[in-house]
Amino acid sequence: MDLLKRYLPVFFMLALVVAVQLVTHFTETTFYLTQLTMSAYYSVVVIGLCVLMGYGGQISLGHAGFFAIGGYLAGALTTHNLIPFRDHGLVSFLDKVGLLVASKDLYGGDLLTLEPWAACITAVLTAGIIGLAIGGPVLKLKGHYLAMATLGFGIIIYRIALASAYFGEADGISEVPGFKLLPGIEVSGSFGARVLNYYIAWGVVIVSIVLLLNLIHSRVGRALRSIHGAEEAANAMGVNTARYKLYIFVLSAVFAALAGVFVTHYNGGIGPSEAGVMKSVRYVAIVAVGGMANLWGALIMGLVLNFLSLRGVFGSYDDAVFGIILIVIMLFAPQGILKINPWQQVKSLFTNTRGLSREETTE
Amino acid sequence: MTPELFIQYLFAGITYGIIYAIVAIGFNIIYNTTGIINFAQGEFVMLGGMTAITMNAFMPMPLAITAAVVITMVVGALIEMVFIRWLESPSVLRMIIITIGISILAREAALHIWGESVRALPYFIGNEVTSVTILGARISPQVLWVIGVCSLMVAGLSLFFKFTSLGREMRACAANRRAATLCGINAKNMVTLSFVLSAGIGAVAGCVMSPITYSDYEMGPSLAIKGFTVAILGGLGNSLAAVAAGLLLGIIEAFSVSVLPLAFQDAIATSILLLILFIRPYGLFGSREAASLKEF
Repeated sequence: MDLLKRYLPVFFMLALVVAVQLVTHFTETTFYLTQLTMSAYYSVVVIGLCVLMGYGGQISLGHAGFFAIGGYLAGALTTHNLIPFRDHGLVSFLDKVGLLVASKDLYGGDLLTLEPWAACITAVLTAGIIGLAIGGPVLKLKGHYLAMATLGFGIIIYRIALASAYFGEADGISEVPGFKLLPGIEVSGSFGARVLNYYIAWGVVIVSIVLLLNLIHSRVGRALRSIHGAEEAANAMGVNTARYKLYIFVLSAVFAALAGVFVTHYNGGIGPSEAGVMKSVRYVAIVAVGGMANLWGALIMGLVLNFLSLRGVFGSYDDAVFGIILIVIMLFAPQGILKINPWQQVKSLFTNTRGLSREETTE
Repeated sequence: MTPELFIQYLFAGITYGIIYAIVAIGFNIIYNTTGIINFAQGEFVMLGGMTAITMNAFMPMPLAITAAVVITMVVGALIEMVFIRWLESPSVLRMIIITIGISILAREAALHIWGESVRALPYFIGNEVTSVTILGARISPQVLWVIGVCSLMVAGLSLFFKFTSLGREMRACAANRRAATLCGINAKNMVTLSFVLSAGIGAVAGCVMSPITYSDYEMGPSLAIKGFTVAILGGLGNSLAAVAAGLLLGIIEAFSVSVLPLAFQDAIATSILLLILFIRPYGLFGSREAASLKEF
């Protein structure tokens, strides 16, 4: 019964995903699928961050950095030509093992690059290792210090992407090839594969959310919530708080990097704006709107807000909208907009225990 | 490196360093009275500079700068009254997110008012090529303006906090808010005042630095992160140590240009920040025991 309750929304979502695709098919609005696919990938970052922030209580203002590590590495490894280094020991070894692919570039020249699967694994592993390396010292910090340290990490990644020729400086990386997951299933931005890619993206989302749902209902999830509630108490009860915080930090970094890899292959490129601080803030904003410790809220809000933003609904006020969302949510509904109970609000207007009851009901 | 070049780099370092120190002091003033790190601190500097540039088109420069500083102070007060004053003991996470939101809003507003173009106030004395020779190095008089004005502000602030009754009341709130309230100090007004004060000094710094460093709508975040680095280096809440730390960071940055590509300059300050947070989060001059009693 409990399991059914946990997975019922997943089946509901699956049905909705198929329904949306069918609707766009019959109304000939399949162009929406492109943004829906992108939003799906961004939502993977958001739900990963949601577990870190909402359940673990640790803020991260550097998740765009992990996204960029994934995206940039996957992009660079599958795009940069290895032919000049052909005689190098490592390259010839990779060639022998079959991890390299030969192809033709735009002008018909020979191109030798890393196989996307290998690049993907390298990228995600790197993000995980970096997360592990910085997570150790960073997660010892609290509050402002944690926020600033993760922000600093994000800025360093942004600067590296912007300043190194290998990552294309201000232009970023373009002409990234598709990513063949299985024969016939390829992540790419080609026009014909739009519907397929829509389903790939949502497949990734569903796998991610099932993983995270299981995680937060497990021992780890309970440990995380206890850390969020009272770290000292959790420690005293024998929860290894440092290890669980690090574990979830690395996990969310890996989620972000994975999303980065997929988005880069889907878009055929990545630019430094993906690594920018504003992106990190945006992820935090979405988690906040979704209601911090609410995976489904984060997923829904990630989908809706990213979709609207990608459609250009907010125009030149895009960043401003996210700024306003952050402030308004944090001022009036720190538990997220899905937790707002309109009736309660109306009732509280007419009773004079308003200040008291609001704090109590939202906690 | 010739001695002249050395002096040249040194002055560049001091100029930037003292500006970082002013931003750090802005952080400290607000942190001391509220326990909040105001992520929008860099935006005060930006607002001060940009407003002065616009005002300068209509009035003489001293008046324009005064007006810009007053306007920024009013903005600081409004921010505090609208977003912070009425929250009952909000969590740190909530305050971080709110001030980040404020900084985004300020930046976006500036983008829509002034556009993306880079502007600058005219030099206070002479122009771009005017220079005075100090120990063989050629220094723009504006550099001396920046150093002079910022030093005066630091001195003025320490006198204010030490000798005026208003300054003492603010310090009392910092030391123990409840006790200060019991002594009849209106703690809420002191918080507003701290926002006004740190907006004011930020705006002054934004005006004097504008001719050399230029102003644009997105200068805030990088200043804020450097100011925060300096505030931590000196020990959060300790304003005089922040000056020393600011000069240190400024000089390190200035000399790093001769070794590293310019593109990595921002990464240096950030790396120092991470390093100091990991190794000595209580600052170069702070003590571990005192820091462990504080709530971050």
